[in-house]
Amino acid sequence: MDKATVKKVATLARLAITEAEQEKFATQLGGILKWVEMMGEVNTDNVEPLANVVNIDLKLRPDIVNDGDIRDAVLANAPEALEGFFVVPKVVE
Amino acid sequence: MTNLTHLNIAQALEGLKKKEFTSVELTQAHVKATEEFRHLNAYVTETSELALKQAAESDARRAKGQVGLLEGIPLAIKDLYCTKGVRTTASSRILDNFVPPYESTVSGNLFRDGAVMLGKTSLDEFAMGSSNTTSAYGNVISPWKRNNGDNADLVPGGSSGGSSAIVAARAAMGATGTDTGGSIRQPASFTGIAGIKPTYGRCSRWGIIAFASSLDQAGPFARTVEDCALMLRSMAGYDPKDSTCADRPVPDYTAALTGNVKGLRVGIPKEYNVEGLSPEIAKLWDQGKDWLKSGGAEIVDISLPHSKYALPVYYIIAPAECSSNLARYDGIRYGVRAEGESLNDVYMNTRAQGFGDEVKRRIMIGTYVLSAGYYDAYYTKAQKIRRLIAEDFARAFEKCDVILSPTAPSAAFAIGENQDDPIKMYLNDVFTIPASLAGLPGMSVPAGLDSQGLPLGLQIIGKAWDEETVLRTGHFVETAANFTAMPQMLMKKAA
Amino acid sequence: MAQILKGETGDWEIVIGMEVHAQITANSKLFSGASTDFGGAPNTHVSLVDAAMPGMLPVLNEMCVEQAVRTGLGLNAQINLHSEFERKNYFYPDLPQGYQISQYLHPIVGKGEIEIDLPDGSVKKIGITRLHLEQDAGKSIHDQHPTKSYVDLNRSGCALMEIVSEPDIRDADEACAYLAKLRMILRYLGTCDGNMEEGSMRADVNVSVRRPGAALGTRCEIKNVNSLKAVQMAIDYEARRQIEIIEGNGAIVQETRLWDPAKGETRSMRSKEDAHDYRYFPDPDLLPLELKHDWVGQIKETLPELPDQKKHRFMLSYGLSAYDSSVLIAEKVRADYYETVAQGCDAKLAANWVINELLGILNKDGKAITESPIGAANLGQLIARISDSTISGKIAKDVFAEMYATGQTADSIIEGKGLKQVTDTGAIEKIVDEVIAENPDNVAAYKSGKDKLFGFFVGQVMKKSQGKANPDMVNDLLKKKL
Ligand SMILES: [Mg+2]
Ligand SMILES: [Zn+2]
Repeated sequence: MDKATVKKVATLARLAITEAEQEKFATQLGGILKWVEMMGEVNTDNVEPLANVVNIDLKLRPDIVNDGDIRDAVLANAPEALEGFFVVPKVVE
Repeated sequence: MTNLTHLNIAQALEGLKKKEFTSVELTQAHVKATEEFRHLNAYVTETSELALKQAAESDARRAKGQVGLLEGIPLAIKDLYCTKGVRTTASSRILDNFVPPYESTVSGNLFRDGAVMLGKTSLDEFAMGSSNTTSAYGNVISPWKRNNGDNADLVPGGSSGGSSAIVAARAAMGATGTDTGGSIRQPASFTGIAGIKPTYGRCSRWGIIAFASSLDQAGPFARTVEDCALMLRSMAGYDPKDSTCADRPVPDYTAALTGNVKGLRVGIPKEYNVEGLSPEIAKLWDQGKDWLKSGGAEIVDISLPHSKYALPVYYIIAPAECSSNLARYDGIRYGVRAEGESLNDVYMNTRAQGFGDEVKRRIMIGTYVLSAGYYDAYYTKAQKIRRLIAEDFARAFEKCDVILSPTAPSAAFAIGENQDDPIKMYLNDVFTIPASLAGLPGMSVPAGLDSQGLPLGLQIIGKAWDEETVLRTGHFVETAANFTAMPQMLMKKAA
Repeated sequence: MAQILKGETGDWEIVIGMEVHAQITANSKLFSGASTDFGGAPNTHVSLVDAAMPGMLPVLNEMCVEQAVRTGLGLNAQINLHSEFERKNYFYPDLPQGYQISQYLHPIVGKGEIEIDLPDGSVKKIGITRLHLEQDAGKSIHDQHPTKSYVDLNRSGCALMEIVSEPDIRDADEACAYLAKLRMILRYLGTCDGNMEEGSMRADVNVSVRRPGAALGTRCEIKNVNSLKAVQMAIDYEARRQIEIIEGNGAIVQETRLWDPAKGETRSMRSKEDAHDYRYFPDPDLLPLELKHDWVGQIKETLPELPDQKKHRFMLSYGLSAYDSSVLIAEKVRADYYETVAQGCDAKLAANWVINELLGILNKDGKAITESPIGAANLGQLIARISDSTISGKIAKDVFAEMYATGQTADSIIEGKGLKQVTDTGAIEKIVDEVIAENPDNVAAYKSGKDKLFGFFVGQVMKKSQGKANPDMVNDLLKKKL
C-alpha cells in the first residue's frame, strides 16, 4: 500500500493525516494486507458469503409512534446547538 | 468480619441473605479496594458515590423483601456500555465528554436485578485491542507480576482489560465485558478469572457502543464459573430493540453446574495445536483433557480445517464493520469537536484528533476493503471463509458436545511488548476468534500457572445457545484445577 | 411521438431514466418509533436511534415493508421474498449514522411495468427496474446564519421507497406523464401522498443523448427536480447542454448535477464528487428480510382497483372515450364521485356533466372535488331529471348553478321554482294558439315559404312558457297548426 492510497482512504474515512503518518500507515496497513492474502489459499468457489451467524428470523416492529419528543436528550451532548438545531460550519453546495 | 472483598458473588448473596452484612458494607469494602488499586488505572470513571447510594437502596429493597437475583452486589461496568447520566467514553478521546441520556439494556438488566455499579472500566479504545494499551486514558495494569523479580507491569488482556484487572484484584465482585474476537476470554485467561462470551444473540447489544456488530457480544467476568452463571442469567434475554437478539427463554444457568461430565464428548481440534505453541500451554491443555477424562468424559479428536484463516477473516470483517460503525463520531451531535474552517475540516480534524492509531488503522483497513475494486477480493472472500469456518464447527459438533482448547497462546505479556507489530498483537486471539466468527459461546476458566507464576486459562466452546454445557464443563475444569493462586499484588497487600 | 432534437450536425434522441424517492405513508419511521409528521419543531420527531447515538440499533417497521410490497404489486412488479438491507456510507451533517440504511444487491421489489398516457392520447409502457426501501436524511438549513448551517433531524429515518425506472423515457412529456402516473398509482394505493411541494415525492432524472438508435450515451443525474414543470425544464436544458458539448467535440462527464430553478439551469455538484465510493455492505444490525408468499398474497387481495384497470373498466362498462376515462380516473375521489353520479342516470351524460360542468366550475373556484357543494347523488338526480324529461338540458344548467350556490337538491329547486317541464298538450296548445294569434304577419310570411320563421315561433312559445314547455311537443303542435 502506497502513501497516495493511504491518503485517499484516509480522506474517504474523514481522517486528517500528516505526511509522516501516511508513511507509517502505508507500512503497517501494507503489512496487514499482505498477511490477509493467505485467504487466497482457500477455494471458495460456490460458497455463499456469510454476513450474519444468528439463526433467528428478523422481527418487525408494529407501526406505532412510541418514541421521539425528547429534544433535550437528543441535543444534550451537542458541541453546538441553537434554537433546537444542531449547528455546524456552513455547508456550501 | 471476613474480608468482604474476597467473597465471591454466590457467597456474598448468602451473607446478605443471612444479614451478616449489608450491601452498603459490602460496597464500602469494594470502594476502599477501588482506592487501594487505583494505580491499576482500571477505571475511566469511578462512581463510588453512586455505588453507595445504590447499595443503600438495595438494602432498603431487601428490608421490604424485594430481592433481585444480584441484590446488593457491587460490579464494574465496561465503559463501552452506555450508562444513563454517567459518562461513557469507550476509552476514546472522541467521547471524552459524552454522557448518555439512556441505559444499555444489559447494564439495565443488572440494575433491575439489584446490582450496584462501582465504576466504568477502561478498555482498548472502542474495544480494539488485546492488551488494554490503546485506551485514551492510559494503560491498565494487571495485578499479577512475574515471579522472576523483573517487576514489569503486565497487561490485563483486552479489550475488557479494566474489567479483568479489577475483578482479579478483588476490587469488584464481577464485571461486564464485551467480546468481539476474544475480549472477554483472553483477559480472563491473563488475569486468572472466569469469563464467558455467550452465543451471539443471547444478550442485547442495544446501548453498547458498537465495534463490529456481527461479532460483538456482552458477557460477564467473575472469579468463579458459578458467579459467571449468576451474572449471565441477569444480563441475557430478549430485547425487541436489538434485531439480532434472540427471543429465547434464559435458563437458570447455575442449575447447569452439576459437576458431572460423564459421557460428555469433548472435542480437541487438531488445528489448535499451532506451530510454536508453548510447551507449558500444551501441557495445561493435556491436563484439561485428563481431568475431563477422569470425570467420565470422552475425548474426541476433531478437525476445524479453516481455523488458520480465522484471524485474517476477522481482521477484514471487524474493520469493515467498524469503519462504518465509527462514522457517526463526527463531532456534530455529541463528543469532542475539533475546530475547522469548513465542515469537512471539522470532520477530518475531529476524527484525526479523537481517534488513536489502532482505531485509525482499523478504520482505514475497513474503508479500503469495502471500497470499489477491492471489495470482492477482501470483504466477500472473508465472508465466504467465515461460512466455511462456521460449517467446520457445525460438522465438529456432530461428533462432540463441547470443544476444549487453550484460551490464549501465551500468558500475559509486559506492557510495551508486542507493540511494534500489529499482527503480532492480533495473534493473541488465534484461539478465540474462530468461535466468534461462528457466533458460538465460549468461556475461559483459570486452570493453572506458567513457570513465571502467571495464570493460564482453558477455553470451552459450545454449540449455539448451549451455554449450559459450556458452564457445566467450565465448572468441572475449575473444580479439578482448584485454581487458588492470587495476584502478587494482593498477596503483598495481605502480608 | 418521442421528440427528436435537431442539432448542428444532425438528429439527437434523448434517453431518460428516473429515480423517484417516495416517502412511505406510515405513522412511525423505518427503523424507529418516532413520528413521521411533517412540520414539527426542529429535532422533536427524533429518537435516539434517528440521532445515531452510540449503541443505538435499527428495528424494522412492518408497515413500511407492507407499503413497499403493496406498491410493488401496484407497479406490476416482482416481489422478492428475500431482501437485504445494506449500508451506503458517506459523510454529511444530516446523515447522523454516517451511512444510509438502504437496499442494494437484494431489493424488496424487482422488475415491473406501468403504462403512461401521452398528450396525444396514446399509451406507452415504461419498465420499472426495482423498488427498494431506505432511510431519508435530515435537513440542513443554510440560510439562517452567515457562517453556520443548522441541522434538523425530523426527517432523518423516515421511510422512503426509491423507485427506479428503465431508461425507457424519450422526452420531457413522457417524463412528466411517467411521474404523474406514478404519483397517481401511489395515491390510489395509499402508500405515498405524492406531495412534491412538501418533498414527499422527489425525482432524480438521468439524462443522456444519442444518435437515434445508437448505443446509450454517458448520463448525468439531475437532482432537486421538485415539480413537473422543473422536470420539463431540466430535461430540455440538460439535453441541449449535452448536445452542444458533443457537437463541440467535447465529452460528457458522468456526474451529479443540481437543477437550479432560479437560473433555469443545471450545474455540477462538486460536493458529491468524492462521495461516489459508497462502500455498500450488508447491515450487520439487521438480518435478511424474509417474506411469506401467503402474506404477499393477502396484500394482493386487498389491493384497490388501480388507475389503468379503472380506466379500461370505464371505457368498457360506461362506454366512455379513452380521454373522458383518463380525466375521470386521474384521482380516485374523482372516479368514485363519477361512479356515484352515474349510478342513477345515463353514464355518458353523467361523464359530460362531471367533466364539463362540475370540474369546470370547481377548477375556476380552485376547489377540490371533495369540497364540491353538490354531492354526487344530487348531481345524479339532476341528470336523471333531464333523462326523464322533467326538465330540459337548458333549465338543468340553471338548476345546477342554483345547486352549486345553495347546496340544495335538484328536486327541491325544480319543485320550489316550479321549473318542471310542461307536457300537458292542452296547456301548450293554448300558448301556441296565442302566439299564432299575436303574430298574423309572421304566420302569413311562414305560410308563403319563409321556413326559417319556424324557429321564431318556437322561441315565442318557449318564452311564454318560461322555458318549461317540452320542446318536442312545441315542435309537433306548431307544425300541425301552422
Ligand atoms: Mg439515487
Ligand atoms: Zn435513494
